[in-house]
Amino acid sequence: MKERYLKTVDSDWYRQRLSGTLFCVLAAFLILLSRLYYLQIIRGAEFRQLSENNCVRFQSVTAARGLIFDRKGVLVVDNRPSFNVSIVLEDAKDPKQVVLKLAKFLKAAPVALLAKLDEAKGWPSFRPILLRRDLSRDAVAVIEAHKLDLPGIVITVEPMRYYVEGKRASHLIGYLSEISVEELKSGRFPDNRIGDFIGKFGVEKGCESYFHGERGRRHARVNALGQVTRILKTVEAVPGKNVYLTLDIGLQRKTEEMLAGKVGSAVAMDPSNGHILALVSSPAFDPNAFVGGMTYQAWNKLASNAFRPMENKAIQGQYPPGSTYKIITTIAGLEEGLFTEKTRYYCAGSYRYGNRTYRCWKRLGHGFVNPIDALVQSCDSFFFQVGEKLGVDRLARYAEASGLGEPTGIRLDNEAGGLVPSTQWKLKRVGRPWLGGDTLSVAIGQGYNLVTPIQMLSLVAAVANGGTRYKPLVVERIEVVDGSEVKIGEPIPLGRLPASDKTLHIVKKALVRAINNRAGTGWIARIPGMSVAGKTGTAQVVRMNHDKEQKPIEAIPYRFRDHAWFIAFAPAERPKIAVAVLIEHGGHGASTAGPIAREMIRTYMKNWGIEGLKNGKAHPIPEFFNP
Amino acid sequence: MFDRRLVEHFDWVLLALTFILEGIGILTLYSAVNPNADMANLQSLLYLKQWYWICIGTTAMISMFIVNYKWLNRWAFSVYAFSLVLLVAVSFLGKEVSGSQRWLVLGMFSFQPSELVKITLIIMLAQYFSGRASEKGWTLHDLWKPLVWTLIPFALIAKQPDLGTGLIVLLIAASITIFVKIEFRSLMFLTGSGVFVSSAAWFFFLKGYQKQRILAFINPETDPLGAGYHIIQSKIAVGSGLFLGKGFLKGTQNALSFLPEQHTDFIFSVLAEEWGFFGSALVVVLYLFLVIWGLSIAMRSKEPFGTILAVGVTCMIFWQVIINIGMALGLLPVVGVPLPLISYGGSSLVSTMIGLGLLMNISMRRFMFKD
Repeated sequence: MKERYLKTVDSDWYRQRLSGTLFCVLAAFLILLSRLYYLQIIRGAEFRQLSENNCVRFQSVTAARGLIFDRKGVLVVDNRPSFNVSIVLEDAKDPKQVVLKLAKFLKAAPVALLAKLDEAKGWPSFRPILLRRDLSRDAVAVIEAHKLDLPGIVITVEPMRYYVEGKRASHLIGYLSEISVEELKSGRFPDNRIGDFIGKFGVEKGCESYFHGERGRRHARVNALGQVTRILKTVEAVPGKNVYLTLDIGLQRKTEEMLAGKVGSAVAMDPSNGHILALVSSPAFDPNAFVGGMTYQAWNKLASNAFRPMENKAIQGQYPPGSTYKIITTIAGLEEGLFTEKTRYYCAGSYRYGNRTYRCWKRLGHGFVNPIDALVQSCDSFFFQVGEKLGVDRLARYAEASGLGEPTGIRLDNEAGGLVPSTQWKLKRVGRPWLGGDTLSVAIGQGYNLVTPIQMLSLVAAVANGGTRYKPLVVERIEVVDGSEVKIGEPIPLGRLPASDKTLHIVKKALVRAINNRAGTGWIARIPGMSVAGKTGTAQVVRMNHDKEQKPIEAIPYRFRDHAWFIAFAPAERPKIAVAVLIEHGGHGASTAGPIAREMIRTYMKNWGIEGLKNGKAHPIPEFFNP
Repeated sequence: MFDRRLVEHFDWVLLALTFILEGIGILTLYSAVNPNADMANLQSLLYLKQWYWICIGTTAMISMFIVNYKWLNRWAFSVYAFSLVLLVAVSFLGKEVSGSQRWLVLGMFSFQPSELVKITLIIMLAQYFSGRASEKGWTLHDLWKPLVWTLIPFALIAKQPDLGTGLIVLLIAASITIFVKIEFRSLMFLTGSGVFVSSAAWFFFLKGYQKQRILAFINPETDPLGAGYHIIQSKIAVGSGLFLGKGFLKGTQNALSFLPEQHTDFIFSVLAEEWGFFGSALVVVLYLFLVIWGLSIAMRSKEPFGTILAVGVTCMIFWQVIINIGMALGLLPVVGVPLPLISYGGSSLVSTMIGLGLLMNISMRRFMFKD
């Protein structure tokens, strides 16, 4: 074999090739060595300084949260700059000393600040640890003036949530709070990290994914004190998307004024699409108090308030519907063919059932009444008789089909479902069989029934628009900063009221007369020139002894006073707004809740310049509605 | 039947160079994984593992020079085929680590067949090219076989994906081919098609992170937070070493975790930061000496198979050194190529030591062709 190799090629030939190879090798290594010389000797001092000053810091830039506007584009929730102070351990030679000094300048308890240091144990030493948010201008000035004494202390400006009108619509808008460890672990917030604020309630929570933008980053060169000397690179934060509520902030403001000092709720809706125009729950809370992190005492005070400011009474408060429920009873009676528009029952001021007498609110009785009169005058005796004929389970079917007994599906937290009683329900829950007398109470909205204001609003809106039940919506559209939009406020029909057009027409007629007829219970809520339709309700808190003399409301202890209801819509012929008002322990529906509903309608119509109120000119009420 | 002359001619210089570089490697590795308290476990593990690998590598090295290397000439194809089988096995049975499938697991050790393929490909090419030679240079007509033998493992490795090792395989094959002389037209043709294929690969096969690394190399400032960040930080680490360095275990860039993969791809930056120009230039010179020594072994070998084999092994070490250090110094894009004998990683260490064992083999048997 050896011979074969030697025949074809000569070792000297390879030797010659090798010298070429050697030349390449030497050249390559020479390049490496000169590069080393360049980096370490020529530019060495510069690099040494960069490394000794721990030159490069990565700063996270918080994205501004999306803003909140009302339906007309009025800014409701804004961001404002907040000066935050942090410490970078790497730059603070003795972090504890620095923090103690800082505490002195801030006049803050050193313990609280030192606790933040402990919380951040195990973090990379160049990652800033947030010590305190939202410094006053004075505090910032003091720190800036002493920055040479405070190595490693950095002040950053970050956007902070600002609720422009404080408590305005706080139950709908909600609030922010610092993300909890559990939430971080849950994996639902992949873009968030410790110290971030996220929506915890209301729209702030429901639209969290739209509100939070994309975090930006800054690549900064810092000096030995940790102060930024040069920004090397910025990746801009992308602000969150702006959210337009369905709310009419003018109406909201007026409604809140009307409810000031009262406990209860008032909600308004556009009956044609389910858009919530106002949502008030009184008393309210100030979401600004949550923004900087709330103290334990402040939270306790809020949580233990007897009037439950943290509860959104519009969707969480469950009350007996009172006479507003007679709408359901009327629909059921008409649909089941128990009576027609013309059928008349006699009201003698009371109704005898079994061995008990059930009193109508009007002692002297209403005489012969047809269903329209019964609704207009809210005659209890009429509905006692209807209820007796219907039976509770049939009535329950109509109630459920009208959306009672289950949440409406509004995108806010903790919505209650209310209660539609039935024989089965009572047997299961109360443990006693249903009594005929129970049915009589249920038929006039007392007894076991429970509804939320939003459910009654949905119901009356459906009556207004001809029978379609819409899901209540709070967000009209989402706007990306570049101006493009995501439309999410499209109406979502949930179903139809269990009522024919004819039935609804009768009910509507009755509701118009209840307001516009001097004998109607809602006379107080009339608006000259506009056909308001509505129904009052007075929900008993305790079973009153009807035989006793009726006392003036002031003579009854607050907690035993009746809840006042008023549901309405207007204008009857082409409804633009539906409202539901509930005042806890407000006494009579007409006198307490009625004026609020009236003013809500009036405000809304005025704000939108809707026909009928222009120049105070009377608008003719259509013939068939005329009392 | 050991010849006395085998011991006489044993290449003590090469052995010494090997262990000196490995010693430097262990020290640097210790420093690279030392400072971070969280890594305490990992550190002892890596440190210990590297010792094991040096023992395994030494055994492999010894077995490589005990038997006359000429049997490889006969068994070249079998050895090559065996390594290819392992490489194919990786794509089915391999362990996936951070998105690429490179490892075969054998008990407590995992192993990269792609490292072995580098050696077996060299043997295969040496066997082919030593069969005959032409002073005019090889033409495409003769080169299609070696081309296929090179492209098969390259494709398998690139698919894993392991751009660095794939690149080394190509460079080794190209260097050997140019060494044995290639006809000018064929060289132009191959270079041309290489350019064409790689531009096609850029658009169709390269993964996003690989493209980004290459782009970031061309202009690190385009992405100072991503791939470019590694280059900037590595340059700061190296440069801040000055002449004498910051001292053993005193490197701050490393301690602050600014350096990525500081125990594998960027180990040279750790070394340069702590030992300065003096230390790092010394290491570069040691590698240069190793490469020159390898070429001198090739020169002293009296028959073509030994010469080409020695050139191949030396090329393998040369390219890895140049690419790894060039990358740490910001001269070349960041591709994952280990620094021979110093970077952490068993497969690379063992395959390098197998190569060095072959060099020793050729070196000590050079007398056998003396008449």
